[in-house]
Amino acid sequence: MLEVKGITQIFGGVTALEDVSFSIAKGHITGVIGPNGAGKTTLFNIVTGIYSQTCGTVSLDGRDISGLPPEKLASLGMVRTFQNIELFGQMTVRENVMVGLHSKSSCGLISCAFKAPWATSEERRIREEAMKWIDFVGITDLADATASNLPFGKGRLLEIARALALEPGIILMDEPAAGLNSQETLGLADLIRRIRDMGITVVLVEHDMELVMDICDRIVVLNLGKKLAEGTPRQIQENPEVIAAYLGGDE
Amino acid sequence: MQRERIKFLIFAVLVFSAPLLFNGGYLMNVFVFVGIHTMLAIALNLLLGYAGQISLGHAGFFGLGAYASGILTATFGWNPWLAMPVSALAVAALAYLIGFPILKLKGHYLAMATLGMGIIIYIVFNETIDYTGGPSGLSGIPNMSLGGVSFDSDIKNYYLIWTCTLLTVLLSLNLADSRIGRALRAVHDSEVAARVMGVNARLLKVQIFALSAVICSLAGSLYAHTMTFLAPSSFGFNFSVELLTMVVIGGLGSIYGSFLGAALLTLLPEFLRAAHDYDIVIYGGLLMVMTIFMPGGLVRGIPALVRALTSGKRGGGNA
Ligand SMILES: Nc1ncnc2c1ncn2[C@@H]1O[C@H](COP(=O)(O)OP(=O)(O)O)[C@@H](O)[C@H]1O
Repeated sequence: MLEVKGITQIFGGVTALEDVSFSIAKGHITGVIGPNGAGKTTLFNIVTGIYSQTCGTVSLDGRDISGLPPEKLASLGMVRTFQNIELFGQMTVRENVMVGLHSKSSCGLISCAFKAPWATSEERRIREEAMKWIDFVGITDLADATASNLPFGKGRLLEIARALALEPGIILMDEPAAGLNSQETLGLADLIRRIRDMGITVVLVEHDMELVMDICDRIVVLNLGKKLAEGTPRQIQENPEVIAAYLGGDE
Repeated sequence: MQRERIKFLIFAVLVFSAPLLFNGGYLMNVFVFVGIHTMLAIALNLLLGYAGQISLGHAGFFGLGAYASGILTATFGWNPWLAMPVSALAVAALAYLIGFPILKLKGHYLAMATLGMGIIIYIVFNETIDYTGGPSGLSGIPNMSLGGVSFDSDIKNYYLIWTCTLLTVLLSLNLADSRIGRALRAVHDSEVAARVMGVNARLLKVQIFALSAVICSLAGSLYAHTMTFLAPSSFGFNFSVELLTMVVIGGLGSIYGSFLGAALLTLLPEFLRAAHDYDIVIYGGLLMVMTIFMPGGLVRGIPALVRALTSGKRGGGNA
């Protein structure tokens, strides 16, 4: 379970987040929504260790993880994807996913340089396991393509495969449907459900309302840096404050 | 995998049979330096081409290894085989200490900081006259010897140094094709994504910086025992830039590219001697032309050129 308590973030004079608290249940898909400038990205960056907050705490399974760097969070089973997919462009699809297995392997500089027998067998395991995740997201035929040559939609799938390779307990996705066509978005919805069905907690920031309402078990609404509402998609759709601030607004 | 092994074997066979062509001539001596420069270029390439971190001070690590070995053997009478690893360990420790603060910097700032580091090391070589002999140099460094055979001729040095160079090539190829190599390239492409994947980017950068420094130090020791004489001018800013040029001209992120870059930049001045006063102009011009027309370096540019030429000929035949 991910718990966010009293998060406040001030950039210079701008209060991006003010006393935001909520908790996310294990094994659910939770959507974080809100109009532009609501503070969603800021919240995401705080939870995933990219920024450190002005005040408040973040805890994962009861353990305080505030201020931990992303590489530490990875070893605790938290991983994220980025809005503008951050692939390792010069590497192949397979190699990208193999990096996802970095924290699930351990050979150091010396044993790698001397190709120690255990390094070779670990390498073989990484290679096979990577293929499993490439198959899972359905880009098997692109395994040897260079990541920077992928069309955007496939790149998105690769980014998810790479994140899943960590075998995370929780995955946070920053606008996973951004830049996807409607066909790809349907595929994504299905993929996100399959991820949840493996027992992985999913949190997504998303603009595509249809997708959010369709797949989320719970929704947290932010507005102007504050939490406006929280509940099931149905409750959110019927909440007059949300309708006033957001659904009835410019979106 | 298999192809890489065959490629390396061919390279090794070529290296070991090359002296037959030299006839013990002057070229043999030049190729001793190609070997040393290849080690240095690979060291810098691991840092720059793989991890994407620049250094303008690598001549400093080369010099530290050379002087440490030189002083320990010439002044304190150590065995070179002991002085070499001890120097390398000391340089590793130093690189680790410098690496943590310095590698927090990025881009131009890292370039400036490593430049400063190189200059400070160079000043130390010049000023600690009691140990290094200052600008007039350090002499009387013994040749290495193994089982009573002293490495005192070009041919013996050629085999000594190229054995070490081939080892460097092999270990670097292994490293590049491993989880560490992938993590380095990941940090290069997107540091934030690499960290999210669990790569401790900060530590990894320092480790590769230290490894790079160690290779430079070992090359320095070999240089000291081959030359038997050292002067600070070999380890200044100019040489750091020359190393950088070798890596870029050869091909960033390619181990064999580093060999090509080192070979070209070592051989070119020798061939251009015939052009007397114009050599430096031709040299500079060639480098400019190559960076413009072979942006991926020799290792990618030569195959592309060959392909273009052969297909051009075929096209001409058909017309
Ligand atoms: N690095 C930053 N420096 C200054 N202000 C920022 C920074 N990041 C976000 N903000 C401000 O914080 C507010 C929330 O932004 P953001 O988290 O990007 O919202 P959302 O993702 O919901 O659109 C905005 O007013 C934005 O201008």
